[in-house]
Amino acid sequence: MSQPKSNKKPAIFFVAKEREPLFSKKNRALLKDPLDDNNPITVQVLGICSALAITVQLKPAVVMTLSVIAVMGASNVIVSILRNAIPNRIRIIVQLVVVASMVILVDQVLRAFAYDVSKQLSIFIGLIITNCIVMGRLEAFALGNGVWKSFLDGVGNAAGYGFMLILVAFFRELLGSGKLYGYQVIPDALYEMGYENNGLMLLSPMALITLGLIIWVQRARNRKLIEKN
Amino acid sequence: MNRDSNGYTFGFAAAMVLVVASVLAFTASSLKDLQSENVRKEKMQNILSTIGIETDREGAEVLFNQYITEQLALKNDGSIDASVDAFSDVKLSFELKKDAQDQRFPLYVASVDASQYYIIPLRGSGLWDAIWGYIALDNDRNTIKGAVFDHKGETAGLGAEITQQWFMDRFVGEKIFDTSGKLVGISVSKTNNDPNDTDKDDHEVDAISGATITGDGVSDMIIERLQHYLPYLKATSADLAYNN
Repeated sequence: MSQPKSNKKPAIFFVAKEREPLFSKKNRALLKDPLDDNNPITVQVLGICSALAITVQLKPAVVMTLSVIAVMGASNVIVSILRNAIPNRIRIIVQLVVVASMVILVDQVLRAFAYDVSKQLSIFIGLIITNCIVMGRLEAFALGNGVWKSFLDGVGNAAGYGFMLILVAFFRELLGSGKLYGYQVIPDALYEMGYENNGLMLLSPMALITLGLIIWVQRARNRKLIEKN
Repeated sequence: MNRDSNGYTFGFAAAMVLVVASVLAFTASSLKDLQSENVRKEKMQNILSTIGIETDREGAEVLFNQYITEQLALKNDGSIDASVDAFSDVKLSFELKKDAQDQRFPLYVASVDASQYYIIPLRGSGLWDAIWGYIALDNDRNTIKGAVFDHKGETAGLGAEITQQWFMDRFVGEKIFDTSGKLVGISVSKTNNDPNDTDKDDHEVDAISGATITGDGVSDMIIERLQHYLPYLKATSADLAYNN
């Protein structure tokens, strides 16, 4: 970092740091990378279990995405604020407590304001706690970075996770039930001509296969992911 | 400050627990009213769906007051305890732990298009946790008009399937008394050889593969809870020959 040009003698003996803009290129990358190049699901292969479980329909997938964004954004911020205060020996426990409390908060709010969705998601909301992406980002990023960066990283990774969730749910609901977000999109005329919904799409094996196809397409298109050997 | 000292670690943990506990307690108690309102309306919605009235949660209260004509709390001898509000005062999970003479069992009487239905709440155990539901009897107090089941923690895709419409529909038309008038309930059976459930006189419905314990829980729950209503049914319907 270069010394700022000024006639005055610097009063303090450290290098004045230039303020980084809120959405600098580096910060944008924190948000953008997890969507494609470093997607938690398709590239890091984390959080697969919930990706299989709640992608039968779009609606729970969207709610799960919003919940995970809220949980990850908030817990990354909290852990980042506390990062210099958290005793090293119990840091995993502290992270766990932070994530668990956030999840309980989300669960309580859903139960009050979106009861049907909360019944549908039932145990999967609780299982956000065990979602490896959440703890992974806390341990790998929030413990060593500032508040704003950690927030972007949490939201970015949650969005990357949710993007895949919604993509898989889109295909599963469309092909499995002929609906999108609960509304029928495949016309009755097509059913009369003999078209049938694919019941297998509703079962978790097809989520894995859909995910596999998405990874295939992504790896074929994204040059950064092509392995050299 | 030395962040690696035992004192600091303990202090941090204690402070964290206090803060987290108070935040969670505050949230839980401030949202409690909204949450229990949802649960109350869902109960009305479930009761209505056993007699074939489908509604969303918001519309449940109006329809409930319209169709449910009586809400009785029954003592174990079949007489009615008028001092107890069957809908809000009786929680089956608590009642089942009481002594027999203190137990009160709710019975909802519905009247739709001049026919009467008797709706009986159920509660029992599945594989992991509680299961519950409602079963509606026709005017003959024998044939099932409809059933609704719910659960707390059954396995998704296996035991949790008891909440699916296709499973609950299997109970419609089955009879809870055999031809000699003995209460037999409905068994969730793996051996009934009647997968389409066309035989409505066998007191059996087809079980769900992979959900044996949950299915047995449903069978037990139905026969055990119906037992409580025998005295009332005997006393109020003289035209049925009971043999218990």
